[in-house]
Amino acid sequence: MKFGIVVFPGSWSHQDFHHVIVKILKEEACYLWHKEADLHGVDCVILPGGFAHGDYLRAGAIARLSPVMRAVAAFADAGGLVLGSCNGFQILTEAGLLPGALLPNDCLHYRCRWTHLRVESRQTPFTTAMQPGQVVRMPISHGDGRYYIDQAGWKKLVEGDQIIFRYCDAKGTLAKDVNPNGSLDHIAGVCNERRNILGLMPHPERAAEPILGSEDGCLMFASLLDSFVRSPLTTCGDRA
Amino acid sequence: MLTAKIYVTLKPDVLDAQGDTVRSALETLGFQGLTDVRVGKFMVLTLNSPTKEQAAAQVDEMCKRLLANPVIEDYRFELEGAAG
Repeated sequence: MKFGIVVFPGSWSHQDFHHVIVKILKEEACYLWHKEADLHGVDCVILPGGFAHGDYLRAGAIARLSPVMRAVAAFADAGGLVLGSCNGFQILTEAGLLPGALLPNDCLHYRCRWTHLRVESRQTPFTTAMQPGQVVRMPISHGDGRYYIDQAGWKKLVEGDQIIFRYCDAKGTLAKDVNPNGSLDHIAGVCNERRNILGLMPHPERAAEPILGSEDGCLMFASLLDSFVRSPLTTCGDRA
Repeated sequence: MLTAKIYVTLKPDVLDAQGDTVRSALETLGFQGLTDVRVGKFMVLTLNSPTKEQAAAQVDEMCKRLLANPVIEDYRFELEGAAG
């Protein structure tokens, strides 16, 4: 499986993703510079964390205008798999590819810490190797991670089973003191209606080796590989 | 030359953590009677438009497409100066 990792000026997690894909998963990965209009036949696009274009105006607001994002939108429209972590999630919401928006953390601090996440749905190509209710551990590292969506939008997310991860404690309980940024309804990650685009604030790529303290991020990569092997044509879109 | 003064603020139902912090700082300084503080963005654009109407339409489009995020923010603007 070939992963394309988009690099914007200010990206910082692209090498972590590359390391995990090539060294841990033994799969193929390439970088896609943000000015490229071609995705080079990749099977999955990753929008990594960082501070694309300095987060000027709003996090992700300028990055969504990069030429590569037109190709990413077309790829997603054809059913291609798109994963956005941290700044990548912010870019996907600004681009309108995922619902909602990410606001400054309610504590106004930059938060860099481990979080527990409750898996809410395995009905996505990103979570097939997880179980609903399972608690996974991944770190966060952001200043603007407070997920917000209006009441009607939230209702749609709930009804559509589009909330994929929620911040919780080690036992899976949702509580205010384990919500690191004040996200609405403890939301840490959501998918689109078609379920081929996932955005989450935590970093699966920083939780994929025992030396880092967690391998739970591997469950997401395992899910992607599994989904790809089972149905590459339906999950990876039209690459003609 | 026309000058557009653009104000972007969080929608009323969106928690403004920065505004709340500024309010408590003002209270620390002894200012009383504050019920709310909202912090927003202020942008000044200088435009060369043939008419004020065209400038207004252009600035509105800029706000909708980039300067404000309609999911979380409201905007308003004022145009000053003469067109042409």
